[in-house]
Amino acid sequence: MKILVLLSQVPDTTARIAFTNDNTQYDSAGVTFIVNPYDEWYALVRALELKEAAGSGSVTTITVGGADTDATIRKGLAIGADEAVRVDAQPTEALQVAEHIAAYAKDRGFDLVLAGKETIDHNGGQVGAMVAELLDLPYVPLASKLDVNGTVATVERDVPNGVEVLEVSLPVVIGAAKGMAEQRIPNMRGIMAARTKPLTVVPAAAVDNTGGTVKFELPPAKGAVKMIPVEEAGKLIELLHTEAKVI
Amino acid sequence: MSVIVFIDSRGDKIPKAAQEAVTYASQLAGGPVTVVTFGGSTLLESLGAQGAKKVIVARGVAIVDGQQLTKLVCDVATKESATTIVCVHDGTGKAVAPRVAARLKAGHVAGALGLPVDGRFKRNVFSGKAQAWMEVTSPIKVISLSPNSIPIAKGEGTVAVEEYSGDLGAARITVKEVRKAGTGIPLPEAEIVVSGGRGMKGPENWAGIEELAQLLGGATACSRPVADMHWRPHHEHVGQTGLAIRPNCYIAIGISGAIQHLAGVNQSKVIAVINTDPEAPFFKAADYGIVGDAFVVLPKLIEAAKKLNAER
Ligand SMILES: Cc1cc2nc3c(=O)[nH]c(=O)nc-3n(C[C@H](O)[C@H](O)[C@H](O)COP(=O)(O)OP(=O)(O)OC[C@H]3O[C@@H](n4cnc5c(N)ncnc54)[C@H](O)[C@@H]3O)c2cc1C
Ligand SMILES: Nc1ncnc2c1ncn2[C@@H]1O[C@H](COP(=O)(O)O)[C@@H](O)[C@H]1O
Repeated sequence: MKILVLLSQVPDTTARIAFTNDNTQYDSAGVTFIVNPYDEWYALVRALELKEAAGSGSVTTITVGGADTDATIRKGLAIGADEAVRVDAQPTEALQVAEHIAAYAKDRGFDLVLAGKETIDHNGGQVGAMVAELLDLPYVPLASKLDVNGTVATVERDVPNGVEVLEVSLPVVIGAAKGMAEQRIPNMRGIMAARTKPLTVVPAAAVDNTGGTVKFELPPAKGAVKMIPVEEAGKLIELLHTEAKVI
Repeated sequence: MSVIVFIDSRGDKIPKAAQEAVTYASQLAGGPVTVVTFGGSTLLESLGAQGAKKVIVARGVAIVDGQQLTKLVCDVATKESATTIVCVHDGTGKAVAPRVAARLKAGHVAGALGLPVDGRFKRNVFSGKAQAWMEVTSPIKVISLSPNSIPIAKGEGTVAVEEYSGDLGAARITVKEVRKAGTGIPLPEAEIVVSGGRGMKGPENWAGIEELAQLLGGATACSRPVADMHWRPHHEHVGQTGLAIRPNCYIAIGISGAIQHLAGVNQSKVIAVINTDPEAPFFKAADYGIVGDAFVVLPKLIEAAKKLNAER
């Protein structure tokens, strides 16, 4: 089974969020970058498990980004991916990223393409679905479980108040959410091996530009918290009703 | 500007998020809009209240197959010469809207928080820790609206319901089974959410959380470790790696308020926190706080909620 995993780089989950250049750019000064948790913990690990269970096949990661993403990409190799591809372009917008990825994946015969549910910085949940459309493949978002039997994938996906169990023939694109796998911590051997695994840089082709973010803003600061003594705890309900008017 | 709106209308009532999307689309258009949907709903005429003038429904499609639904939406968009396509930023919308955007080479705003200002759409980024203003420069726009972003219009209007007659091809996805975990309000739609963390000590103690949520007409949620330890189902997990929700009221009980948890709930209008530790970081993000033991506070809240319900 030939698997492609879409791997993006994001600021660490505890990173400070601030902007520069008149709030038009994320301020990355002093920020540690990581592999997007959904891509690493769920998409990549499940891809490796499926390959291991099949006893054959390959796991390739693909990232649209500049050379500054190479260290993050190596983490994917350290966890166990066989090879990595980087499309040399700064991601600006979902469709642009998806077109780069689809251009690479087209005609390479991947049986399975795994994306994360969403990036934790852009929060779009778009790229996987767009890649699927561009490759004319089915796509299942919000998948919490994935099994492959021969050429059929069984996928569980979260729906309001429950879970849907789906069947779909390969090839297919899946958006991986929590539950699909358990995080793997790379060991020393993996980290050493990652140094010599192939990381291929492909030049960016021309893609569409449909817009993007022009300005950021931080949410207004919270007012002071109103404390209620524990003996009068019931007053909270009253205040939520009469003062905050939310219940 | 010609606006159409794609909704999932399945279920025994038109979902709240779908009504919001139709309202939003008609406000964007400045007049009644065409709705495109699928499935067997018999309530489609009611969408006139939200500003629909026509509903085109693919009756034969009962499941979310992104390819069939993308074809449906794009066909209607072409027929109506739509320049803006509104969707819902939910499970169905996420399977369809980005595909429609990719097919039509349209810019896609994933999770718009309201009507545009100076042509720019606001959305959450960095897991709710910041917002971004997005501009779409392509001739066609796809706008996915975040649930709980606008009040539902309750006007009057008549609707013509038309059956879609095109060929959507065969579904490539089949649904084998649907496991319903509950019958309550789906978490993303809930206006009131009562949530428990590790401070609740064990799954056997959730009866109080459920009772309070039920009394307030809300839904229940939990922190990540609670779902990881299988005290509660995964779909209740909120935060950076779980659901991001935006209820009017979020009541957090026995949750420390780690930054990854806050990422999923900091868009709530009002936050109330109950925690034994006065230093719990959650109090900094809260509007109301009680320093106290959940097992003492919860019964008092339940009692107060019962009293409130008896009075109203
Ligand atoms: C990459 C990453 C992603 C993550 N994503 C998420 C996410 O999406 N969602 C999420 O929730 N977490 C997430 N986490 C985990 C997060 O960092 C915290 O560990 C987690 O939120 C803590 O859960 P908790 O508050 O329930 O438990 P704890 O941190 O153990 O807090 C329990 C709280 O309960 C209080 N308490 C104890 N007893 C009582 C009592 N009797 N009555 C009242 N209060 C009591 C304690 O004072 C304490 O504050 C993530 C972590 C990482 C690294
Ligand atoms: N720059 C990128 N390079 C590779 N994959 C990406 C990139 N951006 C997003 N993805 C993939 O698409 C998923 C959804 O991203 P998004 O649409 O940005 O929320 C992510 O979880 C990744 O798997």
